[in-house]
Amino acid sequence: MGRVKPGPSSDKGYNMTLVTFFQQLLNGVSLGSLYSLLAIGYTLVYGILGLINFAHSDVFMLGTYFTFFVIGIFVLPWWLSVVIAMGLCALVGMTIERVAYRPLRSAPRISALITAVGVSFFIQNLGLVTVGARPKGFPRPELMENVYSLFGIRIQGVVVWVPIISGVILLFLLYIIYRTKTGMAMRAVAKDMEATRLMGVNVDRIILYTFALGSAIAAAGGAMWAARYPQINPLMGIFPGWKAFTAAVVGGIGNVVGAMIGGMIIGIAEIMIPAAFPGLTGYRDAFVFAILIGFLLIKPSGILGEAQKEKV
Amino acid sequence: MERKNTTRRDMILTGMLLVLLMIGVALANRYLSSYLVRVLNTACIYVVAAVGYNLINGITGQFSLGPNGFMAIGGYTVAILMLPLAEKEAVYFIYPLMWPFNSFSFPPSMFVVALFAGGVMAALAALVIGIPTLRLRGDYLAIATFGFGEIIFIIANNWISLTNGALGIKGIPQYTNLWWTAGLAFATVYFVKSLVNSSYGRAMKAIRENEVAAAAMGVDLLRNKLLAFVLSGFLAGVAGGLFVTLISTVSPTLFTFAMTFNLLIIIVLGGLGSITGATITAVIFAFLQEILREVEAPMTIGPWHLPGIPGMRMVVFSALLVALMIFYRRGLFGRWEISWQQVISWLKRERIQHE
Repeated sequence: MGRVKPGPSSDKGYNMTLVTFFQQLLNGVSLGSLYSLLAIGYTLVYGILGLINFAHSDVFMLGTYFTFFVIGIFVLPWWLSVVIAMGLCALVGMTIERVAYRPLRSAPRISALITAVGVSFFIQNLGLVTVGARPKGFPRPELMENVYSLFGIRIQGVVVWVPIISGVILLFLLYIIYRTKTGMAMRAVAKDMEATRLMGVNVDRIILYTFALGSAIAAAGGAMWAARYPQINPLMGIFPGWKAFTAAVVGGIGNVVGAMIGGMIIGIAEIMIPAAFPGLTGYRDAFVFAILIGFLLIKPSGILGEAQKEKV
Repeated sequence: MERKNTTRRDMILTGMLLVLLMIGVALANRYLSSYLVRVLNTACIYVVAAVGYNLINGITGQFSLGPNGFMAIGGYTVAILMLPLAEKEAVYFIYPLMWPFNSFSFPPSMFVVALFAGGVMAALAALVIGIPTLRLRGDYLAIATFGFGEIIFIIANNWISLTNGALGIKGIPQYTNLWWTAGLAFATVYFVKSLVNSSYGRAMKAIRENEVAAAAMGVDLLRNKLLAFVLSGFLAGVAGGLFVTLISTVSPTLFTFAMTFNLLIIIVLGGLGSITGATITAVIFAFLQEILREVEAPMTIGPWHLPGIPGMRMVVFSALLVALMIFYRRGLFGRWEISWQQVISWLKRERIQHE
């Protein structure tokens, strides 16, 4: 299975000085912003359909492959390839919703979940059959290769630009959700689907739109993930996807701002804990699991989530 | 009065079925090729795991993705307990096996104890995950168990003094034979069927249909969900132990998510909630997997030469799962269960038609 390699600077085992502390912190913020991008797609879909969209992590994987092939075949600049990949992934997301999830909207929850697992496995295995299991080297854009220095702290371009680009995307998303008519419709569907339909909103179209939005953002996250860890393979989405869902739970599932906060917490924890305890580097993914279990025990509704409603 | 008679009749018939099964196993051991016996062994292990998985997913309606993790725990437990001392030194050549496991090894006669221990370890893990997640409504169990499988993978890779890391454990004596697998498959089906027909089983079905209504009727949600989940973990652990002693090796990549996925296909195809369905499709699936293995190999049909596509099986299976959910959600058997009463009335009807 695709295993994420340890980050660029966590396996040396040096003592933490203030400089390395800030380096690690920024590194964590950079990783965290990627989890935030991915977590948004989960939380949007969960908020509206109450469904864990397992296939979301594979849309993220497809985002990296689309970017990879657009760069390789059409020799376009990196940013343009990412935009094209976002569009393609939006189409994939809408197709998944239309083909696999819509027919099951009134079915028992467990049926929809099983379908989601099936779609996820289908995309992964189709990827294994078509592009092969061997990891491909992703061309790092120049922007991400640069090394900057700030107050004597040397920082990689990835660490600087990933949070900035992610921040712009997140602001744009917040604008869509809270300042446009479509965004208002999305929030309304999440609150009460039936009432929204009665108000004359085309609910199916709004759900499709939600999937498109989440998938496009996941594609952007995937392209930047590949700039950070430039080895891509068809199973690469599994781990980031699961952590991003955990981030959505930590932030309060269904809450967009919560997903951003949760993503940051998971990203920073994943970098900082192994940096503080180098002996535990091999278990870095287990910390995320511990955080998930801890939150489920103490505050299952997450940081910003409302207490669970009892729907009879 | 009549009820008592039918219970007794059913027990006699079940006993006869067991005898028939034993005769079948004896005949299979004698006349079938070792390849076919191996497939039958795999089929029986799938029965144990799938019927257990069906208990939490199909009967209680809680979506778990954990069986691969539980099977790994059971498999490693049995492997570490049963591996002979000489093999232990040879296998753990990077780091020696940790105390106390390096100082003893179970004799072959204790195999059943090791299997039980594997089940208990898996059940304990299920308890630890179940308590925080099953208290909550919603799908937290799915996401926690999905992560749990990956955590087990990480631990198996990193805790070298216990699991020998990525190299895995080789040379485990091959204790599993058709007597064990068929016997335990029979015991599992019998046990789960009795459980489902008891008051516990009715509580579990009530939870599946409507949690709020079940709670209002006085069903203890957490206790019953936990019971189903822990038992399902136990059975997965036993299945893992059987599997490891069948193929005589265990490594972190043996129980990946693909294993859970196979079990999911089995219980969905059989009909979520049907023990009969899970049992029959588990056997079909074991054979289907072997047949589809041929499909992946390169073939020549007349003038056309088709290159083999490795991995195509899983593409077909996952497409099948989605298609089943959309077009044929009840599966082959729905929630139907076979019972002796039905068999008898069916036989009687046949005879009447003959006369």
